[in-house]
Amino acid sequence: MTARVYIPADMLSLALGADEVAKAIAETAKAEDTDIDIVRTGSRGACWAEPLIEVETDAGRVAYGKISKNDVPGLFDAEFLQGGTHEKSLGLTEDIPYLKNQQRFIFKNCGLYDPCDIDAYEAHGGFAGLRVALQKSPKPITEEVQISGLRGRGGAGFPAAIKWRTVLGAEDPQKYVVCNADEGDSGTFSDRLIMEGDPFRLIEGMVIAGFATRAKNGVIYLRSEYPIAKTVLRKAITRAKAAGWLGTNIKGSGRTFNISLFVGGGSYVCGEETALLESLEGNRGIVRAKPPLPAYEGLFGKPTLINNVITLCAVPDILAKGGAWHASLGTGRSTGTMPFQLSGDVKYGGLVEVPFGMSLRALLDDFGGGTRSGLPIKAVQIGGPLGAYLPPRLFDTPLTYEAFAALGAGLGHGGVVVFNENTDMRAQARYAFEFCAHESCGKCTPCRIGAVRGAEILAKDAPDLALVEDLCEVMIDGSACAMGSMTPVPVQSAITHFPDDFAAQPQKMAQ
Amino acid sequence: MTRWNEKTSRALIEETHKRGETLTMALRALVDTFGYVDEAAIAPLMQTFARSRAEVLGVIAYYDDFRTTPPGRHVVRLCQAEACQAVGARELTAHICAKTGLSLGQTSDDGALTLEGVYCLGLCANGPAALIDDAPMAELDKDRLDAKLAALKL
Repeated sequence: MTARVYIPADMLSLALGADEVAKAIAETAKAEDTDIDIVRTGSRGACWAEPLIEVETDAGRVAYGKISKNDVPGLFDAEFLQGGTHEKSLGLTEDIPYLKNQQRFIFKNCGLYDPCDIDAYEAHGGFAGLRVALQKSPKPITEEVQISGLRGRGGAGFPAAIKWRTVLGAEDPQKYVVCNADEGDSGTFSDRLIMEGDPFRLIEGMVIAGFATRAKNGVIYLRSEYPIAKTVLRKAITRAKAAGWLGTNIKGSGRTFNISLFVGGGSYVCGEETALLESLEGNRGIVRAKPPLPAYEGLFGKPTLINNVITLCAVPDILAKGGAWHASLGTGRSTGTMPFQLSGDVKYGGLVEVPFGMSLRALLDDFGGGTRSGLPIKAVQIGGPLGAYLPPRLFDTPLTYEAFAALGAGLGHGGVVVFNENTDMRAQARYAFEFCAHESCGKCTPCRIGAVRGAEILAKDAPDLALVEDLCEVMIDGSACAMGSMTPVPVQSAITHFPDDFAAQPQKMAQ
Repeated sequence: MTRWNEKTSRALIEETHKRGETLTMALRALVDTFGYVDEAAIAPLMQTFARSRAEVLGVIAYYDDFRTTPPGRHVVRLCQAEACQAVGARELTAHICAKTGLSLGQTSDDGALTLEGVYCLGLCANGPAALIDDAPMAELDKDRLDAKLAALKL
């Protein structure tokens, strides 16, 4: 019998030598005259164990974690092709607590098969949502999304159905569905993992969104920092077309939807939806004044639905299982699951998809397992560079949109970055201003000038915190988009929760 | 990377336009092919996309990816964002800057190496991260980074 070995080929695994591992396994098997079938997959999201390789056995898939090419001879000695025990054994993959204790639906198939194997996708339940959508007219599809309570996973948490209904209601023969895959927040990688690991899910979600809004053209705006996702998506789009799930007359329905891929230019603010549209149109990525909303006048002035990758990836199951099923997950107005991403100084970093409502502490302790360095946690930053720094005394806050809004914080795109006790929070606050100065599109003065002044003040030996407070107020009230209006979030939270770090003391020169 | 030449440059610009794509996509094609946008490509871009010189230069200047000078033969892009900061990216950056005598954004005089900062590669759970000539790197420390640099034979 041919042994089957699964080796991830996502960007992180490649960074950690997965190709070398695959090569060594193939060569050793050949030398030993053993038939093997190596399947390159997406990542399971247990980043701490990457490269995590798996072997198919009668009992299920057996996993080995943190494998380097140097481990390969030992793995063969341990008869890993039959699931033999090795010092890097993790047991059955499905029993690894980190994965077992999650409640995945968006990421349930990530890591199971070759991401561009469309038959495998379908065999694991793929296109079930689109099949349902094919039987429905646009309105019932949007109603299903409304019942689901799905909110935008990009950061703002705006109810998806409102956007969908608005675009559907806008009368125009030319409309667009734009997928925002400009995942620029530090500490976030869920979009990357799903695009590299299960791209047909995104394609399926976009086609459903196209049917729901009567848009015939879709665009994925992908950041240039994700080269592997680009390759995978290109291939997946071609295969979906060849299989009749994309293009004209999809599965004989008479409906049409096309997807093109656009690669960005390395600008954080292009993740803001109107800057993203400007970028697509060939311009500087400068934010537009709203109104008009993109749902009425978006790409090239046409009605445009803009959703984040994860939002669109939630849609296939909502159609397949019903909006009520999705609404039953989570708590309050935070329905469904959220793929949280643990990073920074954390022992078990990776992707954790759980229903909303778990406490931040449970996420950090039960999944994160404390810091990688062994030092106590000083703060976590949630929701990317525009997210709040929170101290341990607030870790019992439940992970819901409502609870975090009450703290003046947000969940953003679900990134949770852990900082140890050696962190200088004033340096982090100053970095927030510096990042804003670097990335500001320059359209509005509070952001363009405020960020520079803020960084200057915090670089002084004795910073005038009252002045910083004033500056933050101006930026919050006067900025055109979240870049300027939310840069104060990390700054103010750092000052509020870690006042000792802001006492007068000599500052190092900026790098 | 292909060495800049007028013929390929014009062909890339025209193909982009024919596909109904925009100026930013033409710039992406040029940078992916040559590593930068040559001054001699500006006039064809203006003509093809009916944009003024100021507009074309403005778009190029806006995006970090659209260089106007050739990058070094090797490009090291070190992540500067928070998740990597939390595990020592600042110290690692200071180390490599001191070692190479370059600050972020600079290319060595002999054209061998360009050092750049990058804001998040999505490898946040395993930082510090970097891209070295488009190959992703994670769990870097001074020794691993030094070894990678030595392997480039600068």
